[in-house]
Amino acid sequence: MKILVPVKRVVDYNVKVRVKKDETDVELDNVKMSMNPFDEIAVEEALRLKEKGVASEIIAISLGLSEVQETIRNALAMGADSGIFVNCTSKLEPLSVAKILTSICNKIKPDLVIMGKQAIDDDMNATGQMLSAMLNWGQATFASKLEIQDKKIKVSREIDGGIENIEVNLPAIVTTDLRLNEPRYASLPNIMKAKRKPIDEIKVEDLNIDIEPRLEILKVEEPKSREAGIMVKSVDEMIEKLKNEAKVI
Amino acid sequence: MKTLVIVDHSNNKLEKSTLNTVKAGTQLENVDLLVLSDNCKDICNELIHIKNINNIFINENDVFKNQLAEDSANFIAENFKDYTNILFSNTSNGKNIAPRLAGLLDTMIIPDVIEIVDKQTFKRPIYAGNAIATCKSKNKINIITIRSTAFEEAEMSDENIGEIKEIGSLTSNNLTKYLNSELTKSERPELTSADIVVSGGRGLGSAENFQVLEKLADKLGAAMGASRAAVDAGYVPNDWQVGQTGKIVAPNLYIAVGISGAIQHLAGMKDSKVIVGINKDEEAPIFSISDYGLADDLFKAVPEMESKLN
Ligand SMILES: Cc1cc2nc3c(=O)[nH]c(=O)nc-3n(C[C@H](O)[C@H](O)[C@H](O)COP(=O)(O)OP(=O)(O)OC[C@H]3O[C@@H](n4cnc5c(N)ncnc54)[C@H](O)[C@@H]3O)c2cc1C
Repeated sequence: MKILVPVKRVVDYNVKVRVKKDETDVELDNVKMSMNPFDEIAVEEALRLKEKGVASEIIAISLGLSEVQETIRNALAMGADSGIFVNCTSKLEPLSVAKILTSICNKIKPDLVIMGKQAIDDDMNATGQMLSAMLNWGQATFASKLEIQDKKIKVSREIDGGIENIEVNLPAIVTTDLRLNEPRYASLPNIMKAKRKPIDEIKVEDLNIDIEPRLEILKVEEPKSREAGIMVKSVDEMIEKLKNEAKVI
Repeated sequence: MKTLVIVDHSNNKLEKSTLNTVKAGTQLENVDLLVLSDNCKDICNELIHIKNINNIFINENDVFKNQLAEDSANFIAENFKDYTNILFSNTSNGKNIAPRLAGLLDTMIIPDVIEIVDKQTFKRPIYAGNAIATCKSKNKINIITIRSTAFEEAEMSDENIGEIKEIGSLTSNNLTKYLNSELTKSERPELTSADIVVSGGRGLGSAENFQVLEKLADKLGAAMGASRAAVDAGYVPNDWQVGQTGKIVAPNLYIAVGISGAIQHLAGMKDSKVIVGINKDEEAPIFSISDYGLADDLFKAVPEMESKLN
């Protein structure tokens, strides 16, 4: 079984993001970048399926400028077998990413795509579902547990009311939620080994796909800030404030 | 120009966030509703009271019992292509179905909208709410999910004003099968629409210790929430998680107990009207957004607070 894992390079989750003065974007110069945490969970899950003998090959793919090859290398250092780098200099929306991934899936024919439920930069939560639609494959979003049985995958999904269990025919798309697993760190020997693993480069122009953005970003601004509050000294004072000042209890 | 609002429900009970989504829809134009369910009756009995809508379309079919994304997205794509806007609530159902529909219709989804600036311009939070992006859409069809805490509820009338019409037909997909659900049982108000939310974090230390908080919540008639750390540690169920990648809440009062205040958590609650932080570390970031902070041991402060409320 072949698993494709898309990985995205994003601002590290520990960075406090700031809006640029000219309000065109957030500040991205000299900011620490990492693999999207949900994608790390996706890589980890693929590795576990390989360790169980269910999967035979794991391919990590990333789209963007040449820096995204670092993110692919991270996935290779965790244990993925090979990488695909789609070289693209223009900004990509989930719709375009889904189209590019569709074209790649049609070429390399994975049995399963495991990907993050959302990227922590644009918080879109969209690419997996769009890709499933375009491929006409089943989707299992927000996965917290999965199990492969023959030509099917059983998935527990985190939903608003609790957990939902579904069964999806393969090939399928799974998007990961936080509880699926705890990703491993790459060991030093594996980081060294990853340097020799192959990364295929594809130029986005060669795929002949319309990647013109459909959403024009007019402005990126700071959210409304809250007025500073106060520290109270006791529970009595807290209750008094909530009753008489804030009037919320 | 026509706007369709997809009615969200679970087990044939209307999800309240639908009313906020309808309100957002009325800022666009000509709102119709669509209910996909195996039994629409109870849901429709509520929907017919909503003001300022045109039609309530329903398709009652066993296929829609569990709202699988494959069936719902196919049905909407086949029957409602001529609409300008299709709105979902940004719930787990909406997040599951809307992007699939967008993929089918070759349109870029506009998720988690908090403000409609004009008919093609929308505001949405990015980077865990640390920035707000204004997006102008070049889509022919806008597929939008609405953050319910950013919109009021639609106005309701005492009279039955909506008209119900059956529409479309569909055969089931053979890609996905629903097996079962393990739903969290609770007598408390629903987390995303509650007036008061009491949330606990890693500081609680165990599932048993959460009872300290639950007593306070019950005294206040509050819903229970949690940080990711508390969910990951298995203290509480996953559907209690508040934050960037959990639920978004904006109650009148949010009480954060034993929660440090990571940006990912703040993203889910910082629009609450009044925020209370209780943490033994007086440097905890939660205090920087708290209206009222109390630096104290929660195991002392929370039972005391509970006993002093009447
Ligand atoms: C991709 C990603 C997504 C995430 N999404 C979310 C999300 O949606 N929601 C979310 O909440 N987090 C999310 N997180 C996690 C987030 O970064 C923090 O790790 C998490 O919020 C911390 O939870 P906490 O505040 O309970 O734990 P901690 O940060 O460990 O804080 C515990 C607090 O309890 C206090 N405490 C301990 N004992 C006591 C006591 N006896 N009395 C009083 N106070 C006490 C401590 O002083 C401390 O401040 C996400 C992280 C990532 C990487």
